[in-house]
Amino acid sequence: MDMPLFDYTVGLADDALVSAQRMGWWISRAPELEEDVALANIGLDQLGQARTLLTYAGELEGEGRTEDDLAYLRDDREFRNVKLVERPMTDFGVAMARLLVFATYQLHLYRALATCDDATLSAVAAKAVKEVAYHVDHAAHWVVRLGDGTDESHSRMQAALDAEWPFVEELFEPLDPVLVGRVADPSAIRDPALDDVRRVVAEATLVVPEVSPALAGGRQGLHTEHLGYLLAEMQHLHRSHPGATW
Amino acid sequence: MSTRSLAEPAAIPRARDIAASIPDPELPMVTIEDLGILRDVTEDDQGRVHVTITPTYSGCPAMETIRHDIVTGLELAGYQHVDVEFVLSPAWSTDDLTDEGREKLAAAGIAPPGPVRDAGEPVPVTLSVRCPQCGSLDTRESSRFGSTACKSLWVCRACREPFDHFKAL
Repeated sequence: MDMPLFDYTVGLADDALVSAQRMGWWISRAPELEEDVALANIGLDQLGQARTLLTYAGELEGEGRTEDDLAYLRDDREFRNVKLVERPMTDFGVAMARLLVFATYQLHLYRALATCDDATLSAVAAKAVKEVAYHVDHAAHWVVRLGDGTDESHSRMQAALDAEWPFVEELFEPLDPVLVGRVADPSAIRDPALDDVRRVVAEATLVVPEVSPALAGGRQGLHTEHLGYLLAEMQHLHRSHPGATW
Repeated sequence: MSTRSLAEPAAIPRARDIAASIPDPELPMVTIEDLGILRDVTEDDQGRVHVTITPTYSGCPAMETIRHDIVTGLELAGYQHVDVEFVLSPAWSTDDLTDEGREKLAAAGIAPPGPVRDAGEPVPVTLSVRCPQCGSLDTRESSRFGSTACKSLWVCRACREPFDHFKAL
């Protein structure tokens, strides 16, 4: 088995899957009905990306695991997502700060991945690029609207950026050396992606926080305590009723 | 003298025609061919039909229903072996919508998409969309996401009617 490619694919999939699960939490909790619909749609796009990627990871592994096996029957130490996407969101500003960073990262990474030689990864990426461009656009509109809004929305938007920023650097960890030239390297898209984010932050009259990066490790399966609770909720039905369909 | 069997001659176009007539479950005024998501229909000499479709969005929840509808439609027409394959590449675009599909959407009150522009600018501008009810360009977007992944919600300032817009992708 091509273990590095499997890990890489699962990393992309888990980022999208865990983010989709967090997006779903906002349904009925967003500041307006339209935003419930928006975040549900964004989560659905991410879920669609995750499903194809997990199916492909199962094929790479060659042991017969399906997308459902990988999504529902792995424990937290087997998940390869970055910590940025797994933490709870209790403020809408946090949701938009995180989406801006995450979708911008995805946009640049998928753009690069769309030209790689791996037929499945390039197809998923070419499809997803259009979707995540819309997510970036949505998040950017909100960050500007809230950052350049009232005193209250400005301070909460800044607090949200401050809370998310320690987790930004982990997105851009260098690629496993054996994969160089075969797939998109996150460290190579760091500067252009962060430039895009900085431009939006500046337009929103906010400042990019000066903070040290938080301890990474998500790609190695080392997560915050929050992922376990997220998985308990996401996996409960499948584990309690194996093979259930409707 | 004719040696042609009854089953063979018109079979290939017929399978294609049947698949092409399947309506989209979420936009039943258009078929999957109108939407441009029907990529290919082939039939081998055993009468097995292979249909290739592509999703509009990665997470389009209608794909399983569309697969079911294609299989059922072809089975009702007598085809016993039907399989449906999903492909992602080349990625679907609203530019794949047929002119007939665009007309059907507009007739149903859904403003069809404009041409796809280069996506990915951090803060892009939004162009106006023509109201499918009264034709006015004096409209505004009320929600960037609508009842399905492929639509946004708009309101016409001239006739005051809300309407769906099929987003360019």
